[in-house]
Amino acid sequence: MEDTAVQPEAAIARPRSGLGKRVWRNKWIYLMILPGLIYFIIFKYVPMFGLVIAFEDYKPFKGVFGSDWVGLDHFRRLFTQPDFWNILANTLILFGMNLVFYFPVPILLALMLNEVRVSFFKRFFQTLVYLPHFMSWVIIVSISYVMLTMDGGVINELLESLGMAKINFLLSPEWFRPTYIIQVIWREAGWGTIIYLAAIASVDPQLYEAARMDGAGRFRQIWHITLPAIRSVIIVLLILKIGDVLELGFEHVYLLLNSMNRDVAEIIDTYVYTAGLRQMQFSYSSAVGLFKSVIGLILVMAANKLSKKFGEEGIY
Amino acid sequence: MVEDRTIGGRTFAAVNYTLLAVIALVTVLPFIHVVAGSFTTNAELAAKKFVLIPTVWSWEAYRFIFSTNTIFRAMGVSIGITAAGTLFSMLVTSLMAYGLSRKDLDGRRLLMFLVVFTMLFNGGLIPTFLVVKNLGLVDSYAALILPSTITAFNMIILRNFFQNIPEGLEESAKIDGASDFGILFRIVLPLSMPAIATISLFYAVTYWNTYLSAILYLNDSAMWPIQVLLRQIVVLASGMDYSSTLDSAVPPPDQSVKMAVIVVATLPILLVYPFLQKHFAKGALIGSIKG
Repeated sequence: MEDTAVQPEAAIARPRSGLGKRVWRNKWIYLMILPGLIYFIIFKYVPMFGLVIAFEDYKPFKGVFGSDWVGLDHFRRLFTQPDFWNILANTLILFGMNLVFYFPVPILLALMLNEVRVSFFKRFFQTLVYLPHFMSWVIIVSISYVMLTMDGGVINELLESLGMAKINFLLSPEWFRPTYIIQVIWREAGWGTIIYLAAIASVDPQLYEAARMDGAGRFRQIWHITLPAIRSVIIVLLILKIGDVLELGFEHVYLLLNSMNRDVAEIIDTYVYTAGLRQMQFSYSSAVGLFKSVIGLILVMAANKLSKKFGEEGIY
Repeated sequence: MVEDRTIGGRTFAAVNYTLLAVIALVTVLPFIHVVAGSFTTNAELAAKKFVLIPTVWSWEAYRFIFSTNTIFRAMGVSIGITAAGTLFSMLVTSLMAYGLSRKDLDGRRLLMFLVVFTMLFNGGLIPTFLVVKNLGLVDSYAALILPSTITAFNMIILRNFFQNIPEGLEESAKIDGASDFGILFRIVLPLSMPAIATISLFYAVTYWNTYLSAILYLNDSAMWPIQVLLRQIVVLASGMDYSSTLDSAVPPPDQSVKMAVIVVATLPILLVYPFLQKHFAKGALIGSIKG
């Protein structure tokens, strides 16, 4: 495309259709898009087509095109495996905990923050609570580890000094889920307020004034003005969250996973990693991954449809 | 809004401020504990449980972790991929974002759809791994950068920001004979500094936090970035499989040593964050709200 640019004028003046002319006039713009487009094709779309190996007996030396087809064998194996149902249940439980315990927190926090009238304090608070979002899961899990460990962790020392028994937070199945969700809230709740605060900021102040005239207190103002005003933002974010249903954070769970809590901590992502890359079952684990992606896609489309039914915009 | 001076209003404000103060404390105390703990001796940590300001200052933990060059090397790797990755990502992302911000472009909707679709559906871990492997990127630093060149969300934020720049500016530049590249680099980018700063921060943080790609694509522990090393030192050493994962002759590192490694891995973010944080709230908002 680039070298035609230096062709003699006669070639450029060649008659073209309207579309061709417009495309030609924007040739540099297309050139700008090209590197990004190549990225999306190679690293996003080629892997999508690579999913066909989920229906093959993929052998690395035979390649995607040379390997034998096995149809739905991998899926059959998946669904007949008792382990799989446990892993699926773990995944769904963590997802449910995210919806119930994490999702409302940024909304509450934004409502509280919106009531702060001293702008210095507001900004200071925001700066603090946004910070954990920028820490990797490795850092966050590491900080928790030094605080929760049985030998010298501050939380266990505290429990002991209060006369209680130490708790093995890191290596016991019953503490995995609470630890997981508290870390999620600690890292993301502050950052999650940004979008709600923006939505709240665009509410017409006259509405509050009118409500006050009618004798509405703070809670009534929040209930009847602020919440309805951010309703559509809440719904959009809920859809996005549902679309992420199975994206529980591979890194996060992987870091918390150990031989003691495996029964509750193994999720689809960690299973794909272990079965695929540790045990080299490329085809089988691709099938597991595909199953997960399809469920996610179906859920996001369903949630979107539902939100449109309730008169909201949805995300597409 | 005016301050509410009724009794109800005052109580509300008092409760609200108290709760927020508690939340702020809960957010920062773990950091303070770790930083303070890294600067004291293990004996003081063991005796006092929770240290806000060390009474005995000690560089012992830092002297210990910097006594070999493992940490230096890992920091170097992380700094390198953060610098190179951020620059490369910003270049490719802004070019594409600007292209897609031009309303007169044919095929714009299709291209946007192609980008957005990748946010809804993806090939997953294994097929992506096979692509990277077949490209021969395994055991090279390019494997930490190329597969994450563009974050679709960042690109869309930037595109929305570019779209809000008045078209008249670009048109008049065009009449003055500026090329499309000239318009982007001399007019659009300088006008978009808050957005550029925000997105650069997002990319830089992502690269600094690189962990998954490193464990997927780098077999050689000498190439590990700081995050992978941090996990080896803190997470694995706190689990029970310590002896099987590291040399069993070496005793598990002390609490203060683990804390020092956490501080070192976190420090760059803490240093950059105050300078950029005034931009990012604004930058991220402009992009997402008008989306």
